[in-house]
Amino acid sequence: MGGRCLIRDIELTVNGKARRLRVEDTANLLDVLRNQLDLKAARFGCGAGQCGACAVILDGEDVAACQLEVGNLEGRSITTLEGIGTAANPHPLQTAFIELNAGQCGYCLAGILVGAKALLDRNSSPTRDEIAQALSWHLCRCGAHNRILAAVALAAERMSRRAAA
Amino acid sequence: MSIPGTLAANPRLDRWVGFETTGMVRVAIGKVEYGQGALTGLAQIAAEELDVGMHRVDLVNPETDLSPDEGLTVGSMSTETSGASIRAACAEARSLFVAAAAQKLGCPPGALEIDDGVFLQDGEPSGLDYWSLAGEVDLTVAPTGEVAAKSPDRHKIVGRSFGRLDLPAKVFGQAYLHDMAPAGLLHARVLRQPGFKASLVSLDEAAIRRAAAPAEVEILRDASFVAFISESETAAVAAVNAAELGAKWQDARDLAPALSETASLKELPCQSFPSPQAPPEPSNRRRHTAGYSRPYIAHGSMGPSCGLALCQDGALTVWTHAQGVYPMRALLARVCGLEPAKIKVIHSQGAGTYGHNGSDDAAIDAAVIAVRKPGRPIRVLWRREDEFGHEPVGTAMHVELTAELDAGGKIADYATEIWSGSHTGGRGRCLAETALGLPPGPPPAAPPNLPPGVRFSGGILNAIPSYDIPVKRVTEHVVQAPVRTSSLRGLGGPVNTYANECFVDELAELAGEDPVAFRLAQVSDPRARVVIEKTAQMCGWDKRGAAATGRGLGFAYCRYRDRGAYVAAAVALTVDTEVRLERMWCVTDCGQVINPDACKNQLEGGMIMAASWALKEQVKLGGAGIVSTTWDDYPILRFDEVPPVEVELIMAQNERSVGTGEVSLGPALAAIGNAVAHALGARLRDLPFTRDRIARALLAG
Repeated sequence: MGGRCLIRDIELTVNGKARRLRVEDTANLLDVLRNQLDLKAARFGCGAGQCGACAVILDGEDVAACQLEVGNLEGRSITTLEGIGTAANPHPLQTAFIELNAGQCGYCLAGILVGAKALLDRNSSPTRDEIAQALSWHLCRCGAHNRILAAVALAAERMSRRAAA
Repeated sequence: MSIPGTLAANPRLDRWVGFETTGMVRVAIGKVEYGQGALTGLAQIAAEELDVGMHRVDLVNPETDLSPDEGLTVGSMSTETSGASIRAACAEARSLFVAAAAQKLGCPPGALEIDDGVFLQDGEPSGLDYWSLAGEVDLTVAPTGEVAAKSPDRHKIVGRSFGRLDLPAKVFGQAYLHDMAPAGLLHARVLRQPGFKASLVSLDEAAIRRAAAPAEVEILRDASFVAFISESETAAVAAVNAAELGAKWQDARDLAPALSETASLKELPCQSFPSPQAPPEPSNRRRHTAGYSRPYIAHGSMGPSCGLALCQDGALTVWTHAQGVYPMRALLARVCGLEPAKIKVIHSQGAGTYGHNGSDDAAIDAAVIAVRKPGRPIRVLWRREDEFGHEPVGTAMHVELTAELDAGGKIADYATEIWSGSHTGGRGRCLAETALGLPPGPPPAAPPNLPPGVRFSGGILNAIPSYDIPVKRVTEHVVQAPVRTSSLRGLGGPVNTYANECFVDELAELAGEDPVAFRLAQVSDPRARVVIEKTAQMCGWDKRGAAATGRGLGFAYCRYRDRGAYVAAAVALTVDTEVRLERMWCVTDCGQVINPDACKNQLEGGMIMAASWALKEQVKLGGAGIVSTTWDDYPILRFDEVPPVEVELIMAQNERSVGTGEVSLGPALAAIGNAVAHALGARLRDLPFTRDRIARALLAG
């Protein structure tokens, strides 16, 4: 094994803001988000793209941040949970999750909320099956699945109603 | 009146409750939150007893010296034990304040009421509240055990669904120990031994440094404990990955893959505890025997274990998501060779653990490094393969059952023989002490409040099904498992209930009875009958179809640990080449319900976890230990495989409150087993119900 990587400067759009960063080009996006940008919502779960805890939206699609080498992301746009909603200005998904107590330990929720946001962006009124399909790469060990499915559906319904009004 | 156990052990009211900040009530508890919602329920109990709004309860984050010592947060016991202590402490505190107010106002205490912390005299504000009186009421006193708690019919906060206090932060992306990054933080990863006896011969340090470059990595080695420490988390991970490839070990473990299978349990060395009953006399009764099993199961926490430690001026501070701060301090003291007084342990939330996983180990790892490298905070995060490969797993169990039916078709004699690894033996031990070559610590202490002469073993919980059975026999063989095992949600209870409640269906068939009618005929406890009858109603049991159609409806019931919640469950599913769950139902009587929605959340979650065990999960052993170290090797139930779950609670508000965290797993497992048997017309007894096992059962049938 030779030297691991090069250090270089890249520019990314993160949660709508242009960010210029000095990175090790083979560092994964998750480590960069958490350790360099102090964005802690995307979580380390497996490092293999198998659990969904680190999901972010990359140019409209939800992907595992742990599987992306940051050196390949020059000019791309990334949205993390922090860019979706905050305590002061929550996204309807977050409101619905709190309202339905959709979660137990909550470790999977940041990734799932990101996945749900990406789903609602492409399909504003998904069925239970469609939500389950879209979230099926996300693992939840506590068994909060039904509440999560219901919370996504509730948020979708409210958002559609608001859009129609 | 007696003083509840953990209050008696921490006998000063101010350890539990205080009014130091105007408008707020400090409530300190020794139980920790790991997603089960315990804190919200305990806050409700405090608010109720003190007559303050929930928004006034300020729960103290569990920390040594600040919080009462309530041991570990285990066994579905938080609401029952901690709840009883909080209730009693708050009731006593309240009565001291009422007495002080009455004296000041010159009125009898009975003339006073409290509304959101404000004292009312004959219904009118008296000008006094908890905070104006706080300076005059001494809470440094011991509880008297003579103050009655509020009667449940006056409850306004207990029995209502309040939103989980810890959830909002989690939905906005913060909340965990994993997210803490104090100034000067160093990242560390630890190389694990391939087995307890393995000792490190050599490391390929050049390869490790090349992998970590351009960042610097420090290699800390003490006996067979090896850590890689770096400013860069990426580099620390690269270093341990490289180290693993190049490390040479002596006496690495080499396990046969067949040890993954439960058939191996009977071949392992064991300590046996035979039933004290004389063996049954020969009789003409109908007799039936069957064996059931569950393999080794991973806790499968979503977040790999994390620990954070800082050693400064000879004092150690450790942040941990372990199940109790005081037991962690005792373990730290032993492994780090420090006085407990020099150690502060602070709880910080992690992912759900469902028992004893790698949480303790990660905290110890961080501390072991921190004491050797003082001055900067050390953060250890396990890799996914560390969590799957080195956590203490839930033990495999094999359960053999024999029953005799009397002439009336009722169970007359029931014998259970269990082969199981230890469910609690991993407690109070850690990987680092083995790697450091420290002498083993004392055996784990027996759980408190055990009647004299009674042996505690997690393996025999719910060893006998919850019916009126005249003769019961339990034999247990505690085997030496080839890998570390420790507590997993419900210990042996869910496995025994799975075996028993499937076997009860077999006995019903032998007796020519409907499974629900067979159960009802042998259970006299009215609370049990209610949950059985209601569940049968909910699932449409009376319309249950014929067997062997590919469509199944299964039923099961159990009283958790023979003293806890009454739980019945039903499952509808289809089977072709594999099992597809369609719906699950559950009715539970857990006595007084503190927070109905939180109870339901736990019961639902328990059923889904049980479904995942039943259909998918098995830890695979081989080579140096556990070889199922990714989510691909260890699949769990996914969103598109989870059925709707309907849960109903019996609100028995005048009964003792008992926990719900572990209680639905056994009935759910058994209801799935019974539904699969109904669908196939053939019985699968070994978990999980894989495609391969279904095919074999169909061929055999």
